[in-house]
Amino acid sequence: MQIITTDIIVVGGGGAGLRAAIAAAETRPDARISLLSKVYPMRSHTVAAEGGAAAVTLAEDSLDAHFQDTVAGSDWLADQLVVEHFVKAAYQELVQLEHWGCPWSRKADGSIQVRRFGGMKTERTWFAADKTGFHILHTLFQTSMKYPAIRRLDEFFVLDLLVSEQQVLGVLALQLNSGELFQILAPKVILATGGAGRLFHYNTNGGIVTGDGMALAYRHGVALRDMEFVQYHPTGLPGSGILITEAARGEGGILLNKDGYRYLQDYGLGPETPLGQPQNKYMELGPRDKLSQAFWQQQQAGLTADYQGHAVVYLDLRHLGVQKLAERLPFICELSRSYVNIDPVQQPIPIRPAVHYTMGGILTELQGETSISGLYAVGECASVGLHGANRLGSNSLTELLVFGKAAGEHAAQSLPPMPRSQSTAATEQAQTQQRRLASLFGGKQQQSIASLRKAMTLAMEQGCGIYRDEQGMQQCRTTLVSLQQQLAGLKVSDHSKVFNAELIQYLELSFGLEVALTLCESALARKESRGAHQRLDPGLTQRNDQDFLQHTLAYRAADGRVALRYQPVRITCLPPAARVYGAAAKQGA
Amino acid sequence: MEKTIIIQRYNPEQDQAPSAKRYQVPFDHSTSVLDALLYIQQQLDPTLAFRWSCRMAICGSCGVMVNKIPKLGCKTFLRDYPAELTISALDHFPIEKDLISDMAVFLDHLQAVKPYLINDSQNTEPHRQTPAQLKKYQKFSSCINCGLCYAACPQFGLNPEFLGPAAIVTAQRYNLDSRDQGKAQRMPQLNGKNGVWACTFVGFCADVCPKQLDPAAAVNQGKVASATDMLISIFKP
Repeated sequence: MQIITTDIIVVGGGGAGLRAAIAAAETRPDARISLLSKVYPMRSHTVAAEGGAAAVTLAEDSLDAHFQDTVAGSDWLADQLVVEHFVKAAYQELVQLEHWGCPWSRKADGSIQVRRFGGMKTERTWFAADKTGFHILHTLFQTSMKYPAIRRLDEFFVLDLLVSEQQVLGVLALQLNSGELFQILAPKVILATGGAGRLFHYNTNGGIVTGDGMALAYRHGVALRDMEFVQYHPTGLPGSGILITEAARGEGGILLNKDGYRYLQDYGLGPETPLGQPQNKYMELGPRDKLSQAFWQQQQAGLTADYQGHAVVYLDLRHLGVQKLAERLPFICELSRSYVNIDPVQQPIPIRPAVHYTMGGILTELQGETSISGLYAVGECASVGLHGANRLGSNSLTELLVFGKAAGEHAAQSLPPMPRSQSTAATEQAQTQQRRLASLFGGKQQQSIASLRKAMTLAMEQGCGIYRDEQGMQQCRTTLVSLQQQLAGLKVSDHSKVFNAELIQYLELSFGLEVALTLCESALARKESRGAHQRLDPGLTQRNDQDFLQHTLAYRAADGRVALRYQPVRITCLPPAARVYGAAAKQGA
Repeated sequence: MEKTIIIQRYNPEQDQAPSAKRYQVPFDHSTSVLDALLYIQQQLDPTLAFRWSCRMAICGSCGVMVNKIPKLGCKTFLRDYPAELTISALDHFPIEKDLISDMAVFLDHLQAVKPYLINDSQNTEPHRQTPAQLKKYQKFSSCINCGLCYAACPQFGLNPEFLGPAAIVTAQRYNLDSRDQGKAQRMPQLNGKNGVWACTFVGFCADVCPKQLDPAAAVNQGKVASATDMLISIFKP
């Protein structure tokens, strides 16, 4: 086993990880920053974000408005202190990215162009055509090459955090192209490993989004917060779940059921807005949870159409015209033509909701600090408290930047003067993991990892989907526990060291099942409906602030089971109110 | 309906050289090469190694040779091929295992061209950049680093030190950006013996680019810039 000593380890090379690494390098150019990623950084899933990044930009907009939209969007489960900090820091972070070369879309006079997004009162979403995440990721990745302090360890898979007495000591990682184990020691570890969308069968996420970092922290006693809140994006392609950006609706796209009717007006989002005149917070520009729920209602009512065995509704962009589609939504046109053989200029795109984002994650403070000293988490793997029960589109790309920077700076500023070059505790822990790893190999069996994974994703879809009930979730929990037992009995039949895909899938599934259980248990215990967590059980279909204006904290008990606790929501200035969109919001204002 | 997928398998722990293995894979109108590889890995042989993630042609992970032409697995469909097709690792990169290539040399070349905005402005507001100025480099900023153009480039095949299409595209992307002042720092690399002049304008890179970036055009714009640069340096005292 090789030992590397460094100052700061960043796990994950997506937007949050890269932003943290750059911030650390700017704060302490003399520090050694190791950027570990299980893939080359530019493959990270930030690359697939399409729509944009939010920050108050127009003169008629205000920080207050962005704050209110975010808190209401969260169904009052966001941490209001965090949201205040976020909306203040957002603009400067997007400008910083501009200074690093991000090709933001522009107005004729050369100033930044902003677009409409769901649940936002005003246009405040910066975008780079419909490949915003791609451009943010590549801008950050290429900029990171400027800093000699940042040393990449590409294609390293983290097996475990090394922790002793509530102080992080480093990580244990597997180099994929050699199969060698590395003990990487540092007083600071920043987790930026992304979400867990791959726990579900239909999702917009890349294959790498398996919840690894959440499980790593959870196994060491850190709480996972608000895991029951999973965002279904209303517009994924049927079958694959490939994302069709919300910006398509921001630009004026409309949703139709099988009869060509704009059904959203029946679900508190109307009245119908005229074609080609989208209005913020009305109809197609309602928030994601409400839109995905409306799809489910339509499906129950038999009003969805069929596309190769999948229930779908239609996203109609035809009235935008060929020129606007080419300028604003070129990638959407390319995806639609390639993957459903539909030209959006000529025909509406069949779409359906697909799991997109995990609102919950590793519990952190404002600078990304966790309950383990020296351990941070940022981005989708974290729950800093920004999204609550439902994330507004275009808040998460900005989140990567604002909180990535905060964690990187904080870690660099608080480096101890003399990092240790070895640690008995770390070595012991690493050796235990090494033995455990060796014990995973064995002969070929009937069951495969792929079949267990599929069973997990189907169980999650069934039990923890857009609408949930007690019985479905209990069934889901039973299945997950059984899958955990089956996985424990399963052996990895491929004994090779170099790029052992079966081994990595085993480890990812083991992480994933652990995270899935926290999700299911948190959902079972939340006996109300709020944001993305909607229950069908009688008496639980409404929000219940009396009992549940609280964050769920999931801890790993000594016997491996999930233990739940609750944490009050920090409310600074916006007391809970009814969450309304469309005309109802206007009446309330 | 089934097709035969022939894969060049290579495990460095056992094999001297890659060898072909055949698999029968069911397909329909929407089955991509990536779907076929996933089917093989999940149903037939878990030891098959390949890279993938987004499955929507934006992460750049799944480049492979399909019938000797560089392709993104997720954007190439079985329906477009006869009953048999052959898949191997990208040409011109060292093979690590099966369909996985070592991309380190590409990342080194990318880093060598200083792929970041060089500008000493201390302004706290965004630069102005008109849509026309954006358009000048926008296309070249769309490179997904998939490496298909390197697998297509005969010059890179002969000389791995050649910066290659994608790195030159990225250098041009920054050189053409109205906010950038770093062209003078990038020109020595572009002008050097492994820079733009090593390109013989075969143009195959442009044919295989999944984002239609036309790296060949970028390289040749680079040549013009490079020539201008040299002329100026001759006349400068």
